[in-house]
Amino acid sequence: MSTEATPAGAPSSTTPRATGRVRDRAQFGMCAALALAGVVVIADASRIGHVTTSNDPVGPRAMPFVVGVLLIVVAVLYALDVARGGVGEAEAGEDVELAQPSDWRTVGLLAAAFALNAVLIEPLGWVISGALLFFLSAFALGNRHHVRGLAIGIVMSLATFYAFAIGLGVNLPAGILQGIL
Amino acid sequence: MDNVSALLGGFADVITPMNLLIALLGVIVGTAVGVLPGIGPAMTVALLLPITYGLPVEQSLILFGGIFYGGMYGGSTTSILLNTPGESSSVVTALEGNKMAKSGRAAQALATSAIGSFVAGTIATAAIVFVMPQIVDFAITLGSPEFLAIILVAFVGTAAILGSSRVRGFAALLMGLALGLVGTDFVTGQQRLTFGSPFLADNIDVVVVAVGIFAVGEALWVAAHLRRKAATVIPVGRPWMSKEDWRRSWKPWLRGTALGFPFGAIPAGGAEIPTFLSYLAERKLTKHPEEFGKGAIEGVAGPEAANNASAAGTMVPLLALGLPTNATAAIILLAFMSYGIEPGPLLLTKEPDLVWMLIASLFIGNFFLLVLNLPLAPTWAKLLRIPRPYLYAGILFFASMGAYAVQGQPFDLYLLLLLGFLGFAMRRFGLPVLPLIVGTILGPLFERHLRRSLQTTGGDISGLVGGPVAWVCYAFIAVVLLWPLVARVLGRRGDRGDDHHDGDGHSPSTPGATLAQYTAAEGPAS
Repeated sequence: MSTEATPAGAPSSTTPRATGRVRDRAQFGMCAALALAGVVVIADASRIGHVTTSNDPVGPRAMPFVVGVLLIVVAVLYALDVARGGVGEAEAGEDVELAQPSDWRTVGLLAAAFALNAVLIEPLGWVISGALLFFLSAFALGNRHHVRGLAIGIVMSLATFYAFAIGLGVNLPAGILQGIL
Repeated sequence: MDNVSALLGGFADVITPMNLLIALLGVIVGTAVGVLPGIGPAMTVALLLPITYGLPVEQSLILFGGIFYGGMYGGSTTSILLNTPGESSSVVTALEGNKMAKSGRAAQALATSAIGSFVAGTIATAAIVFVMPQIVDFAITLGSPEFLAIILVAFVGTAAILGSSRVRGFAALLMGLALGLVGTDFVTGQQRLTFGSPFLADNIDVVVVAVGIFAVGEALWVAAHLRRKAATVIPVGRPWMSKEDWRRSWKPWLRGTALGFPFGAIPAGGAEIPTFLSYLAERKLTKHPEEFGKGAIEGVAGPEAANNASAAGTMVPLLALGLPTNATAAIILLAFMSYGIEPGPLLLTKEPDLVWMLIASLFIGNFFLLVLNLPLAPTWAKLLRIPRPYLYAGILFFASMGAYAVQGQPFDLYLLLLLGFLGFAMRRFGLPVLPLIVGTILGPLFERHLRRSLQTTGGDISGLVGGPVAWVCYAFIAVVLLWPLVARVLGRRGDRGDDHHDGDGHSPSTPGATLAQYTAAEGPAS
């Protein structure tokens, strides 16, 4: 669906019709992931000992078995739909322009910034890791006012650190700044 | 009039300076984030869930109630001024609203949507007061088999009715159910899908799932497709309406409310269908058919009222049955649970003060919205110009803070990133997000009712049959599941050549698709 037109108003492009021709082959990856998830759920459930008591005739295995089997069934139906030309509409939004190809570089940088925060949050503390997360994410998204980005990040992480500690009584890790903050 | 006196008690609880301040804060935050592109009310409430660790339960519910209504209003501002609706429920508002704004009537479009939202919100909230206790009286007599059936209706409804593709809806639902399985079985203590990790043995916190799918997933998705050239924002002054606008608006408001509330209140309703129906109704009934498609005020007034009334309607199944029927309601349900309050039919009996206070705060929030939004509209419009790098960096910042605060473990941050990529993939492939959240929240509840139902019959399937309520539910589910088949047979008999291609994946009844067909068929004629 194009984002330029009114999302529901354009008569031509809105309803994906089954044309019998596979469009957007990457969808099969999603089907495979669903089937794999189904297999994992079933495998895990069969590992569980078969415990049923008079108190619990169903036992812990039934639900995962059902979910796992249904996951595989839906994966097959989904694949059939894709094979018949079905396409899921990618989500539109105010800031989303679907006409361009995906910008994997930005996504990768964001994920890296996010993971870096997870690594650093305990050793360095939230104030430093959070500020870095904000600064690096804004950079990845195209912010070129480095000083301003860093300043906003530091202000936000300090503010949230104290808001949590004083307002909510939850302590975010202070890390190496322990004793200073 | 027990309900009314209980409600007055609720008002008495809310009207303290501190609580009023929190309600005000709620509607301001709600409107602000509703206006901000990329952030919806569901994401906001998800990001604010950590607040529940520090605030008393009353105040966080007042806050969330305000955000719920505020977000709804803010969303319509965006769709009127930007013409790129963030939520599917404001798609219809954008149709006429943005045309009005482009022809210099932005102030009137915003005014009719603000006042219409107030009217619809007030009437619909009053309807909650009378409808909800009735449903509770009824629901309290239901046993586990009936509940099992009602939860199944919620599953099938969110997966098959709300989205545009049934198979994708079910895929999302099943992923949610699988996520809900992770952890320690509550009866036997067996570990399921934990892969030996002590972090997973505690179950995945639904807050992490919600924040990961809504916030991180959205930020990554937008990052991959960020609009390089900012969309043009139509400048607006203070909203106002002429006498003529009032005359043309009040009936659509009432009709929209009447359409919206029932759809919100049934466990598979949503706001898309009533807003669309309201648009069609106004288009049929208007005395100015020539204006439709060029900015007719009725086309904004009706759908906006329907949208708000349906949002209020979702409070009925939420408070009476513990069933969330939209994403924001799902997160409010989580807030209840994080205080150890079990949602369900017993909620009103166990926590009457809390429930009535929440409803009273909805009335008050609704009033604040009207008072705030008419004068502040130009300020809200400025929010649309916030630099996008800061906006989405901020979302990631608050998402990781919120997820970390749940348990204080960096593990949750890695999990959050993983779920963020799942949310990304879902947006990429057009899988709806709501069924996943509903599955994660209600899956464990479903299993509990299932095991309880079969416990009484010693495992015999007859334990699942239940009473008439369950039969109605199963009949409903059967109709929904078999609908494509029925539609195909009907389509063949009606000999409408173009309907044959509606395969399993694409339910022909989605508002967007139907609207497109409608405009395609009727557009040239009118």
